[in-house]
Amino acid sequence: MALRRDRPALAMSFILPIGFFSIFAVIFGGQHNSTAKIKVILVDQDRSRASLELAKGLEREDSLVISTRPSFKDKGAAPDYTAAAAEAAVKAGDAPVALIIPAGFGQSPISFGGAQTGPAIQLLSDASDMIAPQMVGGLLQKAAMTAMPAAMAEQGMKYTDQYVGGLTPEQRKIMSGNLEQLRQIESRLDAQADGTAPAHSAQGSADSGGLVAVKVRSVVGENKNGNMISFYAAGIGVMFLLFTASNSAGALLEEAESGTLDRVLSSRVTMTTLLAGKLAFNTMLAFAQLAVMFLWAQAFFKLDLFTHIPGFVIMALCTAFAVAAFGMVLASICHTRAQLGALSTLVILMMSAIGGSMFPRFLMPPAMLKAGLFTINAWAIDGFTKVFWRDLPVSELWPQVGVLLAVGIALFLIARRIARRWEYA
Amino acid sequence: MNDALIPAGSAQSPAIELQPQPLEPVPLEVASLVKRFGQVTAVDGISLALSSGECLGLLGPNGAGKSTLIRCIVGRALADAGRITVFGFAVGTSEAREALGWVPQELALYPRLTCGENLAAFGRYHGLSGSKLAQSVTWCLEWAALGDRAGDLVKNLSGGMKRRLNMAAGIIHRPRVVLLDEPTVGVDPQSRNRIFEMIEALRAEGTAIIYTTHYMEEAERLCDRVAIIDHGRIVAQGTNRELIQNSFASRSQVLARFAGPSDEIAAWVERHNGRLVDGAAQFTIEQSTQIAGLLDDAAKAGLELVDVSLRRPNLESVFLHLTGRELRD
Repeated sequence: MALRRDRPALAMSFILPIGFFSIFAVIFGGQHNSTAKIKVILVDQDRSRASLELAKGLEREDSLVISTRPSFKDKGAAPDYTAAAAEAAVKAGDAPVALIIPAGFGQSPISFGGAQTGPAIQLLSDASDMIAPQMVGGLLQKAAMTAMPAAMAEQGMKYTDQYVGGLTPEQRKIMSGNLEQLRQIESRLDAQADGTAPAHSAQGSADSGGLVAVKVRSVVGENKNGNMISFYAAGIGVMFLLFTASNSAGALLEEAESGTLDRVLSSRVTMTTLLAGKLAFNTMLAFAQLAVMFLWAQAFFKLDLFTHIPGFVIMALCTAFAVAAFGMVLASICHTRAQLGALSTLVILMMSAIGGSMFPRFLMPPAMLKAGLFTINAWAIDGFTKVFWRDLPVSELWPQVGVLLAVGIALFLIARRIARRWEYA
Repeated sequence: MNDALIPAGSAQSPAIELQPQPLEPVPLEVASLVKRFGQVTAVDGISLALSSGECLGLLGPNGAGKSTLIRCIVGRALADAGRITVFGFAVGTSEAREALGWVPQELALYPRLTCGENLAAFGRYHGLSGSKLAQSVTWCLEWAALGDRAGDLVKNLSGGMKRRLNMAAGIIHRPRVVLLDEPTVGVDPQSRNRIFEMIEALRAEGTAIIYTTHYMEEAERLCDRVAIIDHGRIVAQGTNRELIQNSFASRSQVLARFAGPSDEIAAWVERHNGRLVDGAAQFTIEQSTQIAGLLDDAAKAGLELVDVSLRRPNLESVFLHLTGRELRD
């Protein structure tokens, strides 16, 4: 009966499961038309016919976005990536994978049966994304198979010549003629390249046993223990921080119901002072929670907390501030504890799902990635990832710090505005 | 101070002729206060004044406007018209806030804190700290007879103890004007007596007190003056004796219970300008000799006398006389 009379709480108890189901359906259920595309930085140091063909083959892959130069929106054409720039970009999180086709690759691009004869392609990866390197490695082999038939045939001929005992001049002439035909077909294919992936089902692997030799190297997190620990500590931590903050801010509702709030506001304390005090307390409470969680991760999961103290403190304080203000907005909107419970569960679970607290954001479709930027979770997780995963300096945290502080201030002002209803009758 | 009796049943706003401003500012002065909630006028032109060491009782039934008046005085409700000053300072100023102590009708306490922690919290809200806060907490605990309960959680206290702590939290900053909004609601007689003693101790220190209640006995025991409130207006105010004198002069009341047909009883009561209250007939008589006439007429109507008593009118009689309703309506 009480729930029936509390219409908002009743409505939210129905909206919550529907909303939450919808988020999972969008992410995992294929409501979107395409899977998330993987951004790949490509550095062609060889510039040979084979490497160019391979690059074109990769560009034809729908699920890859090949980038050969940094994209500066206002500066027009930027210089191509170098190997070092590509590695730095992966470290900075601009792309999960970089492919470097080394000079000399075109001399012997194909390595049948693992017999590596030329320099191998380097696949630089960010170990926090476990899926992208696997996918890119596979698609690289596919591209080699479909985009470089001439190179493959030529290499095959060399093997035949070497292991069968030599071809006769006549055989060589016929083979050369056929190879030329193959190259012409390749040229026609290039000319009509329209981004449609060829309908081949060839598969490869990212190890040296594929058609092209690939050396996989993690450039981020390669020496870290428990590579996802910091992600989970931040993701789960922020989600529970949000719950704690909304619950703690809910004390305001209890005070309003019991009459304690009236009594407090009849003293020297004004509503602004009261809310600011609660914000400060809830911020410190959230900070303490994060600190305990990361200490636990340090003690039991070998997270390297002590060498990242400045970054941790900055990110933890900003995150705690934002979630505390968020909790106060929720509490000030609601009229009863039941409403707060339903609303906070709905909003926090949705924010956590979209913002990357429950599963890595790189699994999400592009639209949801953008939606994630409207959540505290995403900014907090990005910041903690920069600190613990990418080892970036504190100065690199400014976007996350700026956004979290701005969000916290804006939410506090909103909470203060809404709390006017408690000030006077 | 104005102890003059306001004419009973005055239809217009019973404005008080406020005396000239004394050298020492009046602890509390309310002039022509109006507070509306939508179409409902909860406080309708109330004026009153309170001097140091005085206890003014606001007597009226539930919904009469007592609590709204208190909330306006303490700054928790914004008046639509009128003026309130505390020692000359407007309501809402820090001086007024510090001079006022409010004990709300609800148990406005933190149930998961101890008695001492509650008092310390409210003391801090009033700007107390350090040894001054500690002394004040100790004094309040002793005043509320909770000295041995300082470390007990509020949720584990009895109803009477919670009420006393609720009062203590309202005076932790030692205000000079205390507003007590029905502080004895739901407490047993023993705790009620203890609360009376606490209030009397405050008065003895010179604290000005407003005490709202719908218990006539409490107003009679504690209050120097009583303002009778109904429908947001003060229908009369004065000392206990003045109120009774004004409404009844030297008349007395006869209470009689009869057995018999209810329509016969009602007709008999009506013939003698009486009222039926809780099954008992009430009559106001000038002289005790009138009782015989009443009883004779009842016998002729075939009514069987159960009991009869003669009493001097009290505040409840005054309220009934002025409003036509009982205090507990």
